Amino acid sequence: MSETNGDIKKMMIILSKATLENVYAAFILANGARSEGIQAEVFFTFFGLEAIHKKKLEHLHVATVGNPAMHIPTMLGGLPGMEAIATTMMKHEMEKIDMPDVHEFLDILTASGVKLWACQLAMEMFHYKKEDLYDDVDGVLTVGAFYNRGKGEGTHMLFI
Amino acid sequence: MEKIISGKNIAVNEEGYLTDFSQWNKEIGEALAKEANITLTPRHWEVLAYLQESHKNEIPLSIRKVGKSGVVDIKEFYELFPQGPLKTATKIAGIPKPVSCI
Repeated sequence: MSETNGDIKKMMIILSKATLENVYAAFILANGARSEGIQAEVFFTFFGLEAIHKKKLEHLHVATVGNPAMHIPTMLGGLPGMEAIATTMMKHEMEKIDMPDVHEFLDILTASGVKLWACQLAMEMFHYKKEDLYDDVDGVLTVGAFYNRGKGEGTHMLFI
Repeated sequence: MEKIISGKNIAVNEEGYLTDFSQWNKEIGEALAKEANITLTPRHWEVLAYLQESHKNEIPLSIRKVGKSGVVDIKEFYELFPQGPLKTATKIAGIPKPVSCI
């Protein structure tokens, strides 16, 4: 506290999910940090890896089951095509407020100096290779290596 | 509230943003840049002029819009104003801080 006077210096964000609403939450928080002059790094683990997987990142969906805020009955949310409909609607709304798509958002984040890291264990589990990932991913890291990057005062970690 | 910038009494808000753009001039811009530890180059001035023009035309500013402006890309924008480019550049330009999260 003494050195930074309580100021946030760095946000270390861990993204473990690939539903659109979670991916956007992580990206907006990272981007918002950079625009306040705060450093930001994102660690993609488990399903979160899909947000940086070249072939998958354009096809992420909103969760319609187990999400009471969707205001549709869970039974209906599970019907075929419901996720696609909800996703199309959400993307339409996001375009209206000038929100970039996932790929463009990654471009904005890397241009803004956000570091993107893939979790080594999850990469092995899903049999992904570095070439499968968005080109500007900074590397593949262990949890320990990610923690080490968060050293110093004023670092905060967020799990999404 | 008021603040003395470059020897003049200037109306600013709590965060130090000018509340009356007509009080802005290049000397004020220079003084505000100095407070932000930035030495203004011709490139900085081009970007500042673009931001002021956007504000005049009531175009809401966001990092994405600036990146697509053709004036400066996001990477260079961060290089010119490293500590939060929109926040810093709008303050120097004498226009309000943008409210967008993107």
